[in-house]
Amino acid sequence: MNDFARDPVRADVIVVGGGFMGAATAFFLRTHGLSVILLERDLIGQAASGTNFGNVRRQGRYLPQLPLAHRSRDIWGRLPELIGEDVEFLPSGHLLVTTRSDDGARLEQYAVDCKAWGLDLTMMTGDQARAMFPMVGPEIHTVSYSPHDGHANPRLAAPAFGRAARRAGAHVVEQAPVLSITKDSTDFIAETADGRVYRAPMLQVSSGAWGRKMAALFGEDVPMAPQGPQMGVTEPMPYRVAPVIGSASSVTDEGVYLRQVKRGNIVFGGGRRSTADLETKRARLDPMNTLRQMPQLARLLPAIARLRVIRTWSGVEGYVQDSLPIMGPSERVSGLFYAFGFCGHGFQLGPGVGATMAELIATGHTDIPLEPFRVGRFQRNAANAAAYSPHA
Amino acid sequence: MTALFRRVDETGRRGVRLVVDGYEVTALEGDTVLTALLTNGSRLRRNEFDGKPRAGFCLMGACQECWVWTESGEELRACSTDVRDGMRLVTKEVPWLTR
Amino acid sequence: MADPVIVVGAGPAGTRAAQRLVQAGLRPVVVDENERQGGQIYRRQSENFSRPAEKLYGAEAARARALHTDFEALRPHIDYRPGTMVWGVAEEGLLTVRDRAVATLPFSAIIIASGATDRIMPVPGWTLPGVYSLGASQIALKAQACAVGGAPVFMGTGPLLYLVAWQYLRAGVKPAAVLDTNSLATRLRGLRGMMTRARVLAHGVRYMAELIRAGVPLHTGITPARIEGREDGVTAIVWQDARGRLRRTACDAVATGFGLRAETQLADLLKCDFVFDRRFTQWRPRVDPDGRASRANVYLAGDGVLLRGADAAETAGRLAACALLQDRALPVGTDEIADLRGILATMDRFAEGIASAFPWPAHMAAALPDDTVVCRCENVTAGDIRHAATALDSPEINRAKALTRPGMGRCQGRMCGLAAAEILAAARGVPVEQVGRIRTAAPLKPLPLDCTVTP
Repeated sequence: MNDFARDPVRADVIVVGGGFMGAATAFFLRTHGLSVILLERDLIGQAASGTNFGNVRRQGRYLPQLPLAHRSRDIWGRLPELIGEDVEFLPSGHLLVTTRSDDGARLEQYAVDCKAWGLDLTMMTGDQARAMFPMVGPEIHTVSYSPHDGHANPRLAAPAFGRAARRAGAHVVEQAPVLSITKDSTDFIAETADGRVYRAPMLQVSSGAWGRKMAALFGEDVPMAPQGPQMGVTEPMPYRVAPVIGSASSVTDEGVYLRQVKRGNIVFGGGRRSTADLETKRARLDPMNTLRQMPQLARLLPAIARLRVIRTWSGVEGYVQDSLPIMGPSERVSGLFYAFGFCGHGFQLGPGVGATMAELIATGHTDIPLEPFRVGRFQRNAANAAAYSPHA
Repeated sequence: MTALFRRVDETGRRGVRLVVDGYEVTALEGDTVLTALLTNGSRLRRNEFDGKPRAGFCLMGACQECWVWTESGEELRACSTDVRDGMRLVTKEVPWLTR
Repeated sequence: MADPVIVVGAGPAGTRAAQRLVQAGLRPVVVDENERQGGQIYRRQSENFSRPAEKLYGAEAARARALHTDFEALRPHIDYRPGTMVWGVAEEGLLTVRDRAVATLPFSAIIIASGATDRIMPVPGWTLPGVYSLGASQIALKAQACAVGGAPVFMGTGPLLYLVAWQYLRAGVKPAAVLDTNSLATRLRGLRGMMTRARVLAHGVRYMAELIRAGVPLHTGITPARIEGREDGVTAIVWQDARGRLRRTACDAVATGFGLRAETQLADLLKCDFVFDRRFTQWRPRVDPDGRASRANVYLAGDGVLLRGADAAETAGRLAACALLQDRALPVGTDEIADLRGILATMDRFAEGIASAFPWPAHMAAALPDDTVVCRCENVTAGDIRHAATALDSPEINRAKALTRPGMGRCQGRMCGLAAAEILAAARGVPVEQVGRIRTAAPLKPLPLDCTVTP
């Protein structure tokens, strides 16, 4: 095929990967007036972005991540004016609960520490919590309440950002797997499976669990592996459980969480994760994990025991060795940016990541601290990185 | 109340009594819960989203539209549960979490 | 000891498969969701009912009785688990639940004989109390000695439409009408295939003749417009006749079905390959002529894979068992396999004849008004699915499901999935196979959260 037969498309920025991060970045790049091409292998928001729990939670996060989370939370509240729909965001409040005293002490300490980072939590005893939220189980004895956190629908969020980006003038290309990315003296050149070639002086890798492979193309390997969350949903019942309830237990099997959607279903997840396959793009839902979740869910919300599970699912998430994402500029290639590997906690951050990355790409600067998420943070221990494989 | 189903045979079976939404009704031994309810009335439940009555659809355990509740809150799939004397059933979800 | 063979389903296919395994000296586990063996067509009535088989099964009484008595004879030689739902597949084995007790059944091979349900085309008003699937109306009569109404209309297409209407007539309930969406001209197209089983064809003709003689209006080439009714039941069905005139038939129940839909979820959980079967215009697991699925040690038989009816299911069940025995190098006569294949070839031609005589009216899905409920569980309308197709740009059914919820409810798309796919395909202007099929997820049916797990 000669070059004339191809269809080169040029923009200021190419975003590779149309998950929540990529779709939101594309949208906010347009608000900065940059032209953008978003290349998505399948459909916008189909992998981790569409299959996660839907937590819009700040409490419990790594403290230096809170500025980003606050920025995101602010955007969550303004979605209808920004993208034309609320994607079922419900600022219903969020409870982190525990039955263990050591975990309770950890929650207490966090509530003190996060104040300096601008997050106000209310600590409650089990009885205080039950007075306010009578659905909470009798075993729960320490509760951390974050009144302005909540939840939203992950199946809707990234696709809504993708459509908004398109309306705002982004060139959103779905079903376009990127086969190669190279850089010449001025441009990144991305070639997709249909033979098309896209060019831009700046490029963002936001391909989730598949981000590692792409960063490695530019000599920046990160210790990262895919895993699958174990999700499920009950039949609907009248809406009664407003806050998200999550266990803060340090015991893996106890670490479940749940939320009731306005339509009535209770979405749940947590506990062990499964293996995921980057080649088949599938993460396994082990039904034995669903069985393990059931009694733990009933400790948080005893009334859930009378319901039925109607569906379960998983999705491919990228977990980095230190449980923090890769976010910020490349340290080797100018014009290259990363936003991937959000370790199962990226959903709340999505809008904030989009706004922050767009700002960084458009202006070269952001006030949001990104130092802890530098791609180069594993360089000193490269051998370790290569050998990394997480346990479930 | 209109009964949806009508018996065409096998009416010589022993009667059983049950309570549905607080009213005593009679059915026959060997009936499913669905048969017992629909020979006495015209609904099993209400759809969660439009509040309209539903009375089952497939009768073979596929459509999941015939779930009813016992007064204590247990759910039963009416098409595949045999009726028992003294059953106490309701056609709407038993509320919990009353403050 | 090696893990056992599991047979899922105790209808015609499952029963014959289990029987053949027992004949070879195996002791299969037979898991069946029904409390009583027999499947749907040969569904048994409760113990304390007294109608003879002739009354229940008509011309098929002898076959029904044989299937039941042969199974009773198998009982000491199998591990029979009635009233047990298969809901998942784990590394450890097949996951079942009975009452609230979950069990894990390891297996070395599995024969899936999960049967079929009615294939449903929504019609405005079909969520009213008093509207039932055709199969449901037959089950009410057969297993419970009840009619779904005093003056029911049988609407849809397929041989079962006339059989059930005739069974109602015999039970003393005169149908208000039989409304077939296919024309007589269409039916003749399948005649050659149907001639391969003249006896069965003759029964069908007889049912129609007796319905006509009893004064039951039979209309062909109709298009349903809507079902009318109140909170407590159906009052009428409005339909367009072959000449396009709108007509109303008063009735107190509607039984509707458009042929069958294979129950294929378990094969999907077992990661078997699927193919789009043009004859039956639906996706199904890929099998070789003897019932081997794409995955080793998985076999399928009966209407759960190929919609050829109960007689064929018995043959296919036996053949799948033979295939399993052959794969284990256990003695099976090549004559036996050849004979069974021969019988099935005839059944195949007949099934193709039926399929072309009573085709699924895909075009009706495209014509459904936007406010028609398609997904009964989630109350998703045809308009919602079209919105997913166009404004939300969903190229395939799972995307449409993710964005607007068809098939998201308790039944996982069993009732609406095929029609939803047609609506999506029509709105996108693509062939239906291109929009795919709804992916299966565990639990196959709702699983109580208070279940107990026995190791």
